[in-house]
Amino acid sequence: MRRASMFNVVSVALGLAFLYLPIVILVIYSFNASRLVTVWGGWSTRWYGELLNDQPMLDAAWLSLRVAVISASAATLLGTLAALALTRVRRFRGRLLFSGAIYAPLVMPEVITGLSLLLLFVALDIDRGFWTITAAHTTLTMCFVTVIVQSRLIGFDTSLEEAAMDLGCPPVKAFLSVTLPLIAPAIAAGWMLAFTLSIDDLVIASFTTGPGATTLPIRIYSEVRLGVKPQINAICTITIAVVALSIIAASLLGKRNAARREQAAALAAKF
Amino acid sequence: MSATGKRPLGARLIVWVPYLWLALFFLVPLAIVLKISLSQNALAQPPYLPVFDISAGWQGAREFFGALSFETYTLLFSDSLYFFSYLKSLEIAGLATLILLLIGFPIAYGIARSPRRVQPILFLLVILPFWTSFLIRIYAWINILQRDGLLNDVLLALGVIAQPVVWLSTDTAIYIGLVYSYLPFMVLPIYATLEKMDEALLEAAADLGCPRAKAFWLVTLPIARPGVVAGALLCFIPMVGEFVIPDLLGGSQTAMIGQTLWVEFFSNKDWPVAAAITVVLLCLLVVPIVLYEHLQKRALEGAR
Repeated sequence: MRRASMFNVVSVALGLAFLYLPIVILVIYSFNASRLVTVWGGWSTRWYGELLNDQPMLDAAWLSLRVAVISASAATLLGTLAALALTRVRRFRGRLLFSGAIYAPLVMPEVITGLSLLLLFVALDIDRGFWTITAAHTTLTMCFVTVIVQSRLIGFDTSLEEAAMDLGCPPVKAFLSVTLPLIAPAIAAGWMLAFTLSIDDLVIASFTTGPGATTLPIRIYSEVRLGVKPQINAICTITIAVVALSIIAASLLGKRNAARREQAAALAAKF
Repeated sequence: MSATGKRPLGARLIVWVPYLWLALFFLVPLAIVLKISLSQNALAQPPYLPVFDISAGWQGAREFFGALSFETYTLLFSDSLYFFSYLKSLEIAGLATLILLLIGFPIAYGIARSPRRVQPILFLLVILPFWTSFLIRIYAWINILQRDGLLNDVLLALGVIAQPVVWLSTDTAIYIGLVYSYLPFMVLPIYATLEKMDEALLEAAADLGCPRAKAFWLVTLPIARPGVVAGALLCFIPMVGEFVIPDLLGGSQTAMIGQTLWVEFFSNKDWPVAAAITVVLLCLLVVPIVLYEHLQKRALEGAR
């Protein structure tokens, strides 16, 4: 029945080519021996070597990594709580405002979020730097975590949890031993998305940063403004490789878990 | 009220912890933006007047409100620079959304019509670029679009153009960057609606003598509409306030509102005007944002 028509194949192929060609070109040129980015001078890894000596770039990468890990973890906690609040607690005061505050940052232009957070930090007279960037990223990314966890909780069968409680399991324990393992994949996906969004963010970090706290995107941006440089191609390639590897690892892990779950379900059905 | 009182501690915690966080870091900041947009620029730290001083009590509060002014808004509406900046942003975001629809729909349709077995792989391939850095993907286009870049090389070799064309620092480059960066956001919601569509509907239409093109118009499109609307909003709203793409790919003659705001804030250090630009931008986007929230809510909360 499903016959791939010529038109469909061509449009998907062209679309994917459009998405991937620039990235592939960037990766290839990061191995260019020539200092001139537009002239091909043979294969070389020299820009990766020079990157190792670029201390400011390495410092920025380290700072970004720390911000991303802390803010993604905080955002995962807050976002999961918010998702539970929106799916499990039907009525509470200010629910409309709450869901509004969750969904708005998903589409809100970053300049708005960035400026408003900076003005908050100024009004509170807080020194800007590592922690202000982390708090800002937590706020933005927790909304993405909420949506991911929420969509998992909707398809969730609450009778499992109720059964546990009927059998005398306290609610907190029922949640931890029944619900949490089932929504764990969504929570993990939320953490990964929060991490990527944080390590990728330029605009909000630029607003909320202070002296001495330069994140990787801020650093790359200031270099890019001065023109294309081979070292930038190299660091971009490393970032892409890390992301691609972790996505592949996550999907393989997810497959294994899914297979295990299916086996467990099949086993349960037998008895 | 009493219902909240009876509620277990856990239920109250899961509501109030994220609520307080969002109130402090999302709602209060927006109120501060509004307040500062009504202030005046000053050579001070912080660089605006008046500063709300809670220790001054009632008298201080009265003086504070008395000192607020609409001066920044008067400036915003009298200087055509800002007006054209808003107009340009809406125009670019609108046209880019249209292009995204024309490109994104066939891709989503193609994926939804491909064999079930390859669909997850194609789906993953579409979202994968979204996980890599946004900045890097824009940077990749600088490589391609510059004067002696790959695009000109290829076009010259093919004989399409006789001389290198200036791509970078033009509106065309902004459109390329926007379409490239936001394509996954357009494809995914449309794919999500088309994937659930029952193909028997099209067969039924064909059996009843409906031509394929007409069946597409009468059956497929109405089913895909929620996805199309969601995708369009998901792209349009952030694109209006986009900063990085026009800044790196666009020219100096076209300033989108995100850039104008950035310059007012970082270069001119005029915080009240930057805040006023933000408030007006929010007012422009409030209808699409509310519409988007409505769709999200229906998708995530109404589906029980």
